[in-house]
Amino acid sequence: MTTRTTNKQRDVLGVSALRPDGIAKTQGTFSFSSDYTADNMLWGATLRSPHPYARIISIDISAAIKIDGVETILVSGDVPGKLTYGLIASDQPVFASDYVRYMGEPIAAVAADHPETCRRALDAIVVHYEVMAPLTSIEDALNPNTPSIHPDGNVFRHQRILHGDANATGDIIVEGEYEIGMQDQAFLGLEAALAYPDSDGAGVELVVATQWLHEDQNQIADCLAMPKEKVRLQLGGVGGAFGAREDISLQVHTCLLALRTGRPVKMQYTREESFFGHVHRHPGVIALKHHVTNEGRIVKIEGTMKLDGGAYASTSSAVLINGVTHIQGPYKCANAVFDGYAVRTNNPPCGAMRGFGVVQACFAHEGQMDKIAKAVGKSPVEVRLLNAMEKGDTLITGQAVESVAPVARCIRETDALPMPEPLSHGSEIMEFPGGSGRTSELHNIKRGIGWGVSIKNLMYSEGFDDSAEARCTLADGVATIKFATAEVGQGFVVLAQQIARTVLGVDVVVLDRIDTEIGSAGSTSASRQTWMSGGAVDGACRLVRERLFEHVAHTHGLDPLQLVIEDTDIVDTMGPLRVSVSEASKGVKIVQTFLHQHRKTEELDENGQGNCHVAFAFVAHRAVVDVDVELGLVKVVQIATAQDVGRSLNPLALLGQIEGGIAQGLGLAVMEEIIVQNGIVKNPSFTDYLLPTALDAPDVLFIPIEEPDPQAPLGAKGVGEPPCISVTPAIVAAIRDATGVDLKRTPVRPQDICL
Amino acid sequence: MSIFSPRSLPEALEIANNHPTARLLAGGTDTMVEINFRHYEPTDIISLRHVRELQTFEQTGEVYRVGSAIPYREFENGSYAHISQALSEAARTVGSPQIRAAGTIGGNLGTCSPAGDTLPVLSALDAQIELASVNGTRVLSIHDFMLGVKRNARASNEIITAINFSKIDGYQGYAKVGVRNAMVISIASACLVHDPKNQRVAIALGAVGPTIIRCRESEAWLSDNTDLSTNSPISADITNEFARRVSAEARPITDHRSTAEYRKHAVGVLAQRLLKRAMQ
Repeated sequence: MTTRTTNKQRDVLGVSALRPDGIAKTQGTFSFSSDYTADNMLWGATLRSPHPYARIISIDISAAIKIDGVETILVSGDVPGKLTYGLIASDQPVFASDYVRYMGEPIAAVAADHPETCRRALDAIVVHYEVMAPLTSIEDALNPNTPSIHPDGNVFRHQRILHGDANATGDIIVEGEYEIGMQDQAFLGLEAALAYPDSDGAGVELVVATQWLHEDQNQIADCLAMPKEKVRLQLGGVGGAFGAREDISLQVHTCLLALRTGRPVKMQYTREESFFGHVHRHPGVIALKHHVTNEGRIVKIEGTMKLDGGAYASTSSAVLINGVTHIQGPYKCANAVFDGYAVRTNNPPCGAMRGFGVVQACFAHEGQMDKIAKAVGKSPVEVRLLNAMEKGDTLITGQAVESVAPVARCIRETDALPMPEPLSHGSEIMEFPGGSGRTSELHNIKRGIGWGVSIKNLMYSEGFDDSAEARCTLADGVATIKFATAEVGQGFVVLAQQIARTVLGVDVVVLDRIDTEIGSAGSTSASRQTWMSGGAVDGACRLVRERLFEHVAHTHGLDPLQLVIEDTDIVDTMGPLRVSVSEASKGVKIVQTFLHQHRKTEELDENGQGNCHVAFAFVAHRAVVDVDVELGLVKVVQIATAQDVGRSLNPLALLGQIEGGIAQGLGLAVMEEIIVQNGIVKNPSFTDYLLPTALDAPDVLFIPIEEPDPQAPLGAKGVGEPPCISVTPAIVAAIRDATGVDLKRTPVRPQDICL
Repeated sequence: MSIFSPRSLPEALEIANNHPTARLLAGGTDTMVEINFRHYEPTDIISLRHVRELQTFEQTGEVYRVGSAIPYREFENGSYAHISQALSEAARTVGSPQIRAAGTIGGNLGTCSPAGDTLPVLSALDAQIELASVNGTRVLSIHDFMLGVKRNARASNEIITAINFSKIDGYQGYAKVGVRNAMVISIASACLVHDPKNQRVAIALGAVGPTIIRCRESEAWLSDNTDLSTNSPISADITNEFARRVSAEARPITDHRSTAEYRKHAVGVLAQRLLKRAMQ
């Protein structure tokens, strides 16, 4: 028998537990992937195409290979296995050999004794190109007369949605066209990896910053022509991801160089190279036509979504499906005729980014909701409440929304949050639009308010066989958790500890190395890890707890079903027994592995019908902006938001996701865009690709809507993506409100407002 | 490649004379970026960090003499923030606090980018630039010093040693348009200086031409049409026409940061607003 000795609040679920890597990251001692070195290590670097589209006539490495310190140079012919890779379609070459299809496409990789030697070697490789006119417009890509720039054709996917009565009409028709620019994930921790070849050359170990170890493993093994188990991956410290680490970047190159030289090889991209080394958010154009009643109820939506996927497929087809299946927004809609296209061009490849197709859809449907409100003489809030989706409503795919769907509550609770103070003569000039540039004065500034509400699917869709595995070991009162879940900054490492403390009543939770020695956790994306890996850790801990109860019950001659965990003790609900978990597990080692799977989804049929998604989360955003109308400068003053989170497992970590997502959505609203002209990226640097600074960040007022989802293992929905989805249209709507300008495009540029 | 670290100005000038292709390095906030982006392949470098003569500040009567290696931070809110309000405002808009602690006013002149944040201020103040070499020192007007896009009149064996400008009693202010509220490269900027004693207003524009544009015609028109001996408010007709004329003097280009049309529009708005700030 023990007595409880501490009143300290335990870092269980629901508490703002601090993350185990927090102090190291704050103090700068955390090792990111680019910080690793190895004895006898070589450096790798990549030769990239300066042209968006060209035929490669010849590659001459003879001068480069002679440079002192250069160990090897690899081109396509040196790839032992599959010559291409890709998340969905394997259409992207490890090294371009016949054509380059986008600016920055890899052609060769070099390993040398120093990064500077690598740079000289890259300069010394002579590539002769026949430069060709790039295909850069979506319309040209859709034109069947345009020659294909890839054997797989110029259209990645067309998906039609035909739902309800195609001939239904409303009293009023509201039309709009919307355009979204190319956003970059712009994580701070650059791409980096370190590969160690096995001494027999038959295998390789790769330490890499990635979102999905096992998918990397599969693709690398194919390209290396090695059995999967010979390619062992370990997660390197990841400094942000946002979708940009789902695709292969330097993984195959680093392994190839290490295997060829028999030495450890490190590759890391520069900031400029990073803009060419990963996929971006799809730019696109969306045309929408809403049929509504005189009252403002949506009767039917029609339209098209066209996304520019760039040179290679990446996840374009899945992004498109997310876009078209969310085009109705979080609103009831019985009828729809909608077509989506994702096309191939010679622009930079686009793929996963936080929000994954729904950001584009939401920008359009929220623009429409404001137009509908105006057309029927209602406020933006009234028209959204009138149409708000409820649990049980169906999407235009025919799928019923079985998740908790507190759309109206999100809107009402957001609406109830206080508005910011108006600007006054006492306000700091730095708080005005223009900030430190001191451009604006009080009388130049107009304030505007805008709304955005969104629905986002959680986890993978269209029949994807999704699972996550975790293992829990309990010995001497210490729980050790093993998983392959990529910690990219979202905080799964602290959540896993909280789960184990809650389920097992332990205080010390050790996290094992994150690697491929356990089964896949799936990708850290699609707002899925709390649900999927959280479910796996929870399941493994519960299995351990059952074994522990059996052990204690056996020792004390009890029925294990009588036992429960109370704080750090095992307690007999039918008798006096109270024993601490650490005492009960002394000399015992219990190991359990759990595989968590969500319910199956279906593919869409030719009319876009089917239960293709797992679950949904909702959020409302209200933006308040100050605009210097004459100069077109914007200061986002405040974002109020209520988000459907299911259950708040760590309020501090949750707030971090909300504030971070809002900053990223703000970026897309007013400043973040990769400028591509004729296939050439014009701003591959943080000098000209502008991210919000502290002076651009708004005040955030946040209310979590906690209605636990019975489908979710912990009752909690993923929270990573929703914050950045409807905040962008809310900010743009607020700018429209302040200026009266019908802005069709995001990001909004100064000249869009004032000229 | 050699790196020199002279301990005095004569030593630095001697080295510069013997190594005319050497790059002068002060804060390094431009040079290091150029090296990293491979826009500049370093040959020889002369570090000016330990040349104390370049850090000095003097005031002689109404004239300030500012050492070229003084960092932006000192003008923003440090020891020399009081000498020019416009310079202080311009210095605040340069990069991040780290950049402002390292980058120097002489470096801004040396790079001579049309978007250099302090350059419109130095132009509007009619600053005099001191250039020293082993052959002696010459003083050039800022207007003769800045020649074009990243081109200036410094000879290869010269070092920019100091900037001289006069104290002015009237309003002086700087405004800069960028797409972000801080830490952003100028897409248009302007500095306006009102000198009531001499009954004139000077206005200089940044990032709207190959180098800083001093709007002489607009200035002349304003003094012909307004009493500039005081700071009494002036009519909207006058400020509007001034804005139109300043805008017409700009010669901007369209690039990935902005359009020529917007830049032309923006400098007009800035001119009008700065003039109103001066005259109130």
